Amino acid sequence: MATQDIIARSATTTPAPSIRQVEEVAKLIDVSKCIGCKACQVACSEWNELRDEVGSNHGTYDNPIDLTADSWTVMRFTEHEKDDGDLEWLIRKDGCMHCADPGCLKACPSPGAIVQYANGIVDFNQDKCIGCGYCVTGCPFNVPRISQDDKKAYKCTLCSDRVSVGMEPACVKTCPTSAIVFGSKDDMQRHADERIADLKSRGYEHAGLYDPDGVGGTHVMYVLHHADKPSLYAGLPDQPVISPMVSLWKGITKPLALLAMGAAVLGGFFHYVRVGPQRVEEEQDEPTVEPAAHQQDPAVQTYDPKQP
Amino acid sequence: MKQDEIQRYNANERSNHWAVAILFILAGLSGLALFHPALFWLSNLFGGGPWTRILHPFLGVAMFVLFLGLVFRFWSANYFSGNDGLWLKNIGKVMRNQEDGVPPIGKYNPGQKLLFWALLVSMLVLLVSGIVIWREYFSHLFGIDVIRLAALAHAFAAFVLVLAIIVHVYAAIWIKGSFGAMLSGKVSHRWARKHHELWYREVTDRKRD
Repeated sequence: MATQDIIARSATTTPAPSIRQVEEVAKLIDVSKCIGCKACQVACSEWNELRDEVGSNHGTYDNPIDLTADSWTVMRFTEHEKDDGDLEWLIRKDGCMHCADPGCLKACPSPGAIVQYANGIVDFNQDKCIGCGYCVTGCPFNVPRISQDDKKAYKCTLCSDRVSVGMEPACVKTCPTSAIVFGSKDDMQRHADERIADLKSRGYEHAGLYDPDGVGGTHVMYVLHHADKPSLYAGLPDQPVISPMVSLWKGITKPLALLAMGAAVLGGFFHYVRVGPQRVEEEQDEPTVEPAAHQQDPAVQTYDPKQP
Repeated sequence: MKQDEIQRYNANERSNHWAVAILFILAGLSGLALFHPALFWLSNLFGGGPWTRILHPFLGVAMFVLFLGLVFRFWSANYFSGNDGLWLKNIGKVMRNQEDGVPPIGKYNPGQKLLFWALLVSMLVLLVSGIVIWREYFSHLFGIDVIRLAALAHAFAAFVLVLAIIVHVYAAIWIKGSFGAMLSGKVSHRWARKHHELWYREVTDRKRD
């Protein structure tokens, strides 16, 4: 089945098939409603047929301790002590943010290994992945993981297989408190506004939506009670952007460098055409002093039968 | 050896040079495959994208290790000295194949010396940055900012290296006799006197002693 809704394709300089128009979707994670039950982690593992290795306890509720090639979403628990001494338990469901301007896609050198659909989902095609890890280098959120088994990069797909047939992602379906909801990006922003108004009315004056402009907005958004300090939530970047080093590495410099290499080759060719080669004159190529008289090699004799 | 020829490179030096050259071509083509989408098709030469990713770092390390052999062999002949400044001032004449006013130089002209040092620096940068971005074995030892900087430095140093080698190869095509010098090891007296007069005198004086 041809895919006709690809708006960006890694390592591809011409437009991908993008004629099909679909609405942008978003997953909204309301951190203030999350109870940290990890049902979303289980649902993700169930739907995607992933079975991570059983880890060990690190003294926190985080389990597994980090995203892996087999765990595309993890709950991150932060104990935050407020200025007044109150303790807040901040629980954030971590995973791919599905950036509108994805750093992974920008960094990927393999054509079509990373695609962005018109609905905003950024998806990895592992059959085209070469395992270089450049997506890890490009991601502002530290999300992609290279599998130690097959050396391919994996991350949350936003259940692109479910969404493409009109279903919500598995984590959304399973969330018992409706902390995770899914719909069109517009609807999710509107829903977030209501949630933020509610939080503000209950004393969270800095409540807000995390949909960072630095990466063009994201298709996974958070409602945060402390939107002024996203980094409180287990290091969620305050101002995520594609690193300037990645932009420089993968930006205009590459075509310019190619041009310069081509120009160097052409420069050489035309130098040869216009100035020509440097040759050592052949006739002067005998610096050793030759004897003035011609000496015949006694081994070589000429025989002329006409001579007596 | 014919009487009118001078040995410029011995068999070990030539073999070392060409081993590095072959590895440069392999590492260069596999690297260019990942450098820009327009060149990704080069990955087919290595058996596809994953094989290109697997082979490239090994090819690069092998190139660096063998290049060290050339560095030790030719190190002392590549110090800048004597007429080098004057020669560089007359680089325009050199480029136009004019000889008046171009001072005599030793075994290597300043252009070749610049190439030597450019190759050494770019290969050092490539080695260090390449290890940092070698995801399979080493990247987990480094922070993300170091990896990003290394990726950028690796691409830049590769660009410098490729440009330097383009110049190097063209110079070998342009200056007749130099390609043969690295292939057979020998140059004519006339060639040596024309292109590397101080080296020529040194070699012939040594012979006379």
